[in-house]
Amino acid sequence: MTDETTDYAIKLDIFEGPLDLLLYLIKKNEIDIYNIPVALITEQYLQYLKIIKSLNLDLAGEYLVMASTLIHIKSKMLLPVPDEPSDEESEEDPRAELVKQLLEYQTFKEAATALSGRPLLERDVFARSAPIDDKVEKSTEDEDELIEVNVFELIEAFHRLVSRIDKKELLEIDLEKMSLTDIINDVMERLTREKNLTFEELLGERIDRRRIIYTFLAVLELIKMKMVKAYQTSAFGVIRIFPAVES
Amino acid sequence: MENFKAIIEALILASEAPLALEKICVILENVEKAEVKKAIEQLIVEYNERQSGICLVEVAGGFQFRTRSELSPWVKKLKGTKSASLSPAALETLAIVAYRQPIVKAEIEDIRGVDVSAPLRGLLDKKLVRIVGRKDVPGKPIIYGTTKKFLEVFNLKDLSELPTLRELKEISEQKEPESVTEPELIEEYSDT
Repeated sequence: MTDETTDYAIKLDIFEGPLDLLLYLIKKNEIDIYNIPVALITEQYLQYLKIIKSLNLDLAGEYLVMASTLIHIKSKMLLPVPDEPSDEESEEDPRAELVKQLLEYQTFKEAATALSGRPLLERDVFARSAPIDDKVEKSTEDEDELIEVNVFELIEAFHRLVSRIDKKELLEIDLEKMSLTDIINDVMERLTREKNLTFEELLGERIDRRRIIYTFLAVLELIKMKMVKAYQTSAFGVIRIFPAVES
Repeated sequence: MENFKAIIEALILASEAPLALEKICVILENVEKAEVKKAIEQLIVEYNERQSGICLVEVAGGFQFRTRSELSPWVKKLKGTKSASLSPAALETLAIVAYRQPIVKAEIEDIRGVDVSAPLRGLLDKKLVRIVGRKDVPGKPIIYGTTKKFLEVFNLKDLSELPTLRELKEISEQKEPESVTEPELIEEYSDT
């Protein structure tokens, strides 16, 4: 089958990695990080990988390594504990290593946020002779109330939409020619006109699988190119897409 | 020299980069370092009290006049609205380098759980991170550290001004003694 979407392999560098995905799942499920229900998290993690794969995103190897680590921990936890422990080491929780890794990563994620919150040169403060360096300039959001959406939340929104479509509709052969470039242009055009739109509004009436996937890819691509920004007013709220630069 | 406070003010304004206390002392010749320092402190207070648009800050081992952060919307209008922020990947990588330096790439990747080649290259390009040497282990991996520009951009006097990672300390306390890594011998190469 020559699906047009196979022509696009979107790089996964917009994701912050498997640890970021795990932290997101832990936060979303309101789980105690020291007592992770491995079965639940593994299941959800694999579900995300499936969605990512179905989008034809180029899946980084690290995600698969993490998947196997999770499955390994899960299987270890299923094994019966030996009656007499051979040595103290074997008593250790199989999750301990992962928890340590997650906590460490989380700490640096917070440190990164703290760094970004400082009064940055050429963003918040300016020195008299500071050279204007296009690359180092920072963007700031005036709308403090809005939370910038991460990719996982976008994927989840996408998943909700796709699962809403009637299964029969998915089998429909769509002869309408579509290219990602067209959709990207279309999205940008509508965003400049309407100022901001939800993902659903972007799709409009024509909800078919291909349209959803293309629109989603277009939004991801535009976010990556920093042409648009995705925000929500609360965690897991409705996601709105804004043009990054007001024309 | 009665009016050396004014001279200091002029020197700091005229300097391209944050001006170090030592350099001011060299120029002023006959004034005691402690007095220069006192004068700078007075200047800092004066600018703060005056509620002026600029303030004198200690940054990257020197002193510099900077605009007040509350005024950034206006200054940005002057400078144009070009914007390209550091990506989350770059910021995380930078945070790890800042707190854990000297550090090799593999160690950063252990923490982030993902390849850091691209963000690291970006940080090197932006001169926020530099190569400080090579580690004396097989493969001689490159060791990275932050630059003076990092301090300037992030408004830090020096690295000790980085906010402490409280949680990190707790983790390392839980660590078994064997897993605490000893500071390794670093074969320093002077970077170009």
